[in-house]
Amino acid sequence: MIFRKKECVAMLLAGGQGSRLYALTKKVAKPAVRFGGKYRIIDFPLSNCVNSGIDTVGVLTQYQPLVLNEYIGNGLPWDLDRAFGGVKILPPYQGQKSADWYKGTANAIYQNLAFIDRYDADYVLILSGDHIYKMDYAKMLDFHKAQGADCTIAVIDVPIEEASRFGIMSTNPDGSIYKFTEKPKNPDSTNASMGIYIFNRKKLADYLIADEADPNSSNDFGKNIIPAMLAAGEKMYAYPFEGYWKDVGTISSLWEANMDLLGDKPILDLSGDDWRIFARHSASAPQFVGCCASIENSYITEGCEIYGTVKNSVVGPGVKIMAGAVVEDCVLMGDCTIEADANVQYAIIDSDVTIGAGATVGAPRATGAEIAVVGENITIAAGATVEPGAMLSE
Amino acid sequence: MTAAGLIFANIHDQSIPELTRVRSMASVPFGCRYRLIDFTLSNLVNSGINRIGLITHHNYQSLLDHIGTGKDWDLARRSGGIKLIPPNVTAFDGTTTSKAVAHRLEALLGARDFIAHCTEDYFVLSDCDIICNIDLSEVIESHAAAGADITFVTKKVDAAGMHLAEQVSVVTADENGVVTDFVLAKPQEGIINLYTNIMIVSRAYLLTVLANAAAHGHRSFFADVIVPSLGTANYRAYEYDGWYAYVGSLEGYFASSMDMLTQEAREGLFAAKNRPVLTKVRNSAPTKYKEGASVKNSFIADGCVIEGTVENSILFRGVKVGRGTVVKNSILMQDTFTGDDVSLNCVITDKNVTIRDGRNLSGHETMPFFVGKGGSV
Repeated sequence: MIFRKKECVAMLLAGGQGSRLYALTKKVAKPAVRFGGKYRIIDFPLSNCVNSGIDTVGVLTQYQPLVLNEYIGNGLPWDLDRAFGGVKILPPYQGQKSADWYKGTANAIYQNLAFIDRYDADYVLILSGDHIYKMDYAKMLDFHKAQGADCTIAVIDVPIEEASRFGIMSTNPDGSIYKFTEKPKNPDSTNASMGIYIFNRKKLADYLIADEADPNSSNDFGKNIIPAMLAAGEKMYAYPFEGYWKDVGTISSLWEANMDLLGDKPILDLSGDDWRIFARHSASAPQFVGCCASIENSYITEGCEIYGTVKNSVVGPGVKIMAGAVVEDCVLMGDCTIEADANVQYAIIDSDVTIGAGATVGAPRATGAEIAVVGENITIAAGATVEPGAMLSE
Repeated sequence: MTAAGLIFANIHDQSIPELTRVRSMASVPFGCRYRLIDFTLSNLVNSGINRIGLITHHNYQSLLDHIGTGKDWDLARRSGGIKLIPPNVTAFDGTTTSKAVAHRLEALLGARDFIAHCTEDYFVLSDCDIICNIDLSEVIESHAAAGADITFVTKKVDAAGMHLAEQVSVVTADENGVVTDFVLAKPQEGIINLYTNIMIVSRAYLLTVLANAAAHGHRSFFADVIVPSLGTANYRAYEYDGWYAYVGSLEGYFASSMDMLTQEAREGLFAAKNRPVLTKVRNSAPTKYKEGASVKNSFIADGCVIEGTVENSILFRGVKVGRGTVVKNSILMQDTFTGDDVSLNCVITDKNVTIRDGRNLSGHETMPFFVGKGGSV
């Protein structure tokens, strides 16, 4: 086999269920949830890797991997179909002595240390598949090397009132970390961990092996590995990231992140050539906008046929919105049909959904209603009503 | 039954000089995000044909850029895949003629090695001036069943709507589908049995014909090969009855493009099950309709940003329509930028055109106003 050393290998934790997305992750893992019309969440870390010059990515899968595996395929859309390296799916496997599911984030990497060793990587970049952001990991790696760190954790400045939702890093003026608290009640810093770590490979391996030997450990980076390294006095630095970053682990944050694409000066901009987000392509026809259609402040993807009214919405590929139908403040994932005169307000509609003629889904956002969610492959009968805040999974 | 494909990229370049000045006919943009060759390639790939020779002659930089390794059509193969066949100067006497008929035989002689090295029983020969979604495996089956030497795919069309700039081939066949006459003509009206420039030929027959042509110094595939053999060789016509558009002039290009606004055309081209039209992926973001946008009856690619009014138009990837701008009955190709308060009617802009604030351009459907690649108004 041809062999070329890789300086840095990325490990993407994509096995999570994303249980707070309820109906949207019933059949797919969270990283495979659709976002922004034509993307899936995992397109962001994968595209970031490629744009940062990292061409070897292990994707650790566990929960409902079918769609995710098929989507990643040979890695072609991200230019990760490489002769050596590229993207590799790493599911849990049966070893000679034991066969385990991934018990936690740290255990998942522990079980795949052989994968990292194979590329003789000096550094390991740990990523998760539940955030929307554009980030140059190469800059973070430069920082890691310049500090001579054993571990570098990317942090983002969050408002102090939200800090207790995150893992908070307390740092010295030089950026070195002296304290890490997971979801602190009284946070003493606003540096929130983004769940992005760079480790020196040998140091990481040592701690993972020690952690595995501890039967009381929950085998988690945030709970076990980072505190253990801090306690042992390893050189740990916080890398401050500035830019758009959003955890899309909940229905409301997923909706908000989609809306961040809209408006005159969107805070999340996916156009332009400088940091392109790549996605697997659906080969559908261009979008057709009919004679009576009205589309404003919306993001529409190829394969759509729009004859009705669309406002403040993000519409994925292959969606048909028939005459008289109104879609407002919505996220339509793709391949849906909104029949004539249906009214869909403030909702997330998963793929392959049909909303029958004259049906009502959700209530206008201005009324203070909750988001209505309609799961994959559901048909709403003509004239039926789906209450705001509803969570339909079958 | 196995088949390979041969595509002629340049043969009809002279039909639309405006668009082929900077490219081959095969890479003429069409339908928001396609190039003419995409329809030909997709027809071949969707019919299970994975070994394709692409015969180019000149001006093929944009074509090379578009095809790349062939990945987007699943044609980056170790065995088969797409292979570029540029001119081979030893195959003919070094002089190139602009006559399509002579060019085809020269091109085939230049591709003789490729043809000889294929092991497939049949060849599909196709040009790039045709836009259709055809199941070629059916044509090949009918060709094999008839034991034909060549099967010509034909289509009954009304000549009045074709806006022909150059001659086309018209086929006459008897009730059994046997070809009885084959003429070059420039009909302006009436229903004609148009040869679609797609033919199936048995490989052995093709090699025999080429050896014979080389030996006798033949110049024209139709005049010297096909026409003299009418009545002796087994030539068949296969009538295609699906949706079809022909690009024979800028006017014809405009009409065929505008036809994409009909449901019939979009269904005929894009709705065929298991026969998607494949093209080079550009990874544009979805199209953004801003506050104040008004879009009616238009066909739009991804990656556009629309703030103004668009009606009865075709927008390619990355087109920007400024605030207060009105685009009607127009075709704006990739990355066309229109400023604010622009007015366009019956305009075709090639790639990377800039229309500055307040400009007002208008053509007519019989004579669309054309702005060349990279132009600035």
